[in-house]
Amino acid sequence: MGGVLAVLEQRDGALKKVSYEVVTAARSLADRLNAGVGAIAIGPVALDATAATTFGADHVVIVADDHAALYQPHLYVRAVAERVKAKDYSVVLLSATALGKDLGPRLAARLGWPLAADVTDVSVDGGIVVTRPVYAGKAVYRLKVTAPRCVISVRPNSVTPVEKSRTATLQHVVLGLDADRPVARTVAMKAPAEAKLDVAEALIVVSGGRGLKEPANFKLLEDLAQALGAAAVGASRAVVDAGWRAHGDQVGQTGKTVSPGLYFAIGISGAIQHLAGMRTAKVIVAINKDKDAPIFKVADYGIVGDLFEIVPRLTQEIKKVKAGT
Amino acid sequence: MKIAVCIKRVPDTETRIKIAADGRSIDESGVKFVLNPYDEYAVEEALRRKESAGSGEVVVIALGPEAAQETIRTALAMGADRGVLLKTEQRVLDPLVVARALVAEIKDGGYDLVLFGKLAVDDYHHAVGPMVAELLGLPGVSAAARLELGDGKGTAEREVEGGVEVVEFPLPAVLTADKGLNEPRYPALKGIMAAKKKPLEVKPVTLEAGGFDALELALPPERKPGRILGEGPDAVPALIAALRTEAKVL
Repeated sequence: MGGVLAVLEQRDGALKKVSYEVVTAARSLADRLNAGVGAIAIGPVALDATAATTFGADHVVIVADDHAALYQPHLYVRAVAERVKAKDYSVVLLSATALGKDLGPRLAARLGWPLAADVTDVSVDGGIVVTRPVYAGKAVYRLKVTAPRCVISVRPNSVTPVEKSRTATLQHVVLGLDADRPVARTVAMKAPAEAKLDVAEALIVVSGGRGLKEPANFKLLEDLAQALGAAAVGASRAVVDAGWRAHGDQVGQTGKTVSPGLYFAIGISGAIQHLAGMRTAKVIVAINKDKDAPIFKVADYGIVGDLFEIVPRLTQEIKKVKAGT
Repeated sequence: MKIAVCIKRVPDTETRIKIAADGRSIDESGVKFVLNPYDEYAVEEALRRKESAGSGEVVVIALGPEAAQETIRTALAMGADRGVLLKTEQRVLDPLVVARALVAEIKDGGYDLVLFGKLAVDDYHHAVGPMVAELLGLPGVSAAARLELGDGKGTAEREVEGGVEVVEFPLPAVLTADKGLNEPRYPALKGIMAAKKKPLEVKPVTLEAGGFDALELALPPERKPGRILGEGPDAVPALIAALRTEAKVL
């Protein structure tokens, strides 16, 4: 059995939190396979991957090239595939982010390995066994990997990063690769006017639905999110289809599937396709005027009533809590 | 402009999933099947590109069971010119198997564009499009929410966490469509009638085994019953207390 290679992800030269999740998952899998763990980070020359050395990897390689500051599919695929071949890895683990959802399939195709996409658990039981939610989480597969090698992408937030005492060795290599065929090139990254957390990555998500009555009222949820800190504002399909919120904010079967530690469903009745997207949240809070709304069936805590009275009070109370700690 | 659109027959998103007796698949009785919602954006985009070019052909390709002919007819009713069903009753767990079967069909077709929905709402792989790009050795962009095509090249935008990537590529290329790319048309009665007469070729295919065995398909664990803490703003302190001391998330 060859080792496990964790593919790290960076933005603006700094590693993203999902990178630590992937290294942690790789270490945990490798321990059960009695294998080693390598990690690869691809990014600009200024990329600092030191932070990844304490999550259980044996070796971290930084493939640096200023042409690879943004995600360039052909460079990234080639860098990882060459590393896999050079070190004879058996498993490639990456995060099922926007990048990983493109890079994972390409790697699998390039290597000719099966892809277990967007898994929430990886275990070993006579071979690698993965847990994959399907139908947006309405059902869950347990799949045994029968191929000798595979690519696995892990859903963000499904692994808690754990620091280890071992420290990985760090090696820099210069990429110097260029395309050997016509390719797509990422030429720019347009950032929103104000940096905002993505619903799929945030540890707290505050989502709103039709109960908000009009787009401007999402300000109430933004205030609550701000009071909570590190929270993203999500939305139901109804309000996204109505054009109140961006498509990227939609939680549900035709939007994003999220697994935050804390999820607020505010003015959301809980259509089956919305519940599918958020039911793996650790704690769910529902605020709705209809006590029979389906959302209360999945919520851990509910408050029945007028969200326009409840949410401002909640924001105020959260601020008090935060000020006190 | 010759465009291939790869589509899939999937259960409607309002479907309540039941597990079949074998414990490894869904019970399809009473399930309404539809054209995968993301594939509608791909079909719509293909039709618009052909319309603006003034000529061309839109070919829809599906891999699936006999009944996927209906799904292809839906795309034909929207305006696609002809369909190909790669017919198999095999259940596929490994997206690479699907990608390879599609590539065998697409590779000598002389397509300028190959379009997909960004994912199928049943298996949620988000994989077959980029795999096909890689296997064909063509430029690929996944989850495009904006697309501009010019003379032999194009620019796409795709949403990533906290930003939007702008991607330039030469044609031919493989793209997968995200919600927001366009507003898909509904098939008109005239289109539905016309679709019945459009060519639909059925080609039986035998798929590779793939790299997985299904041990189990199960419903997700039920969430523990929660509780209503009260009515109106007066219930807020009870919620704060529960989140702090019981759930320990504040």
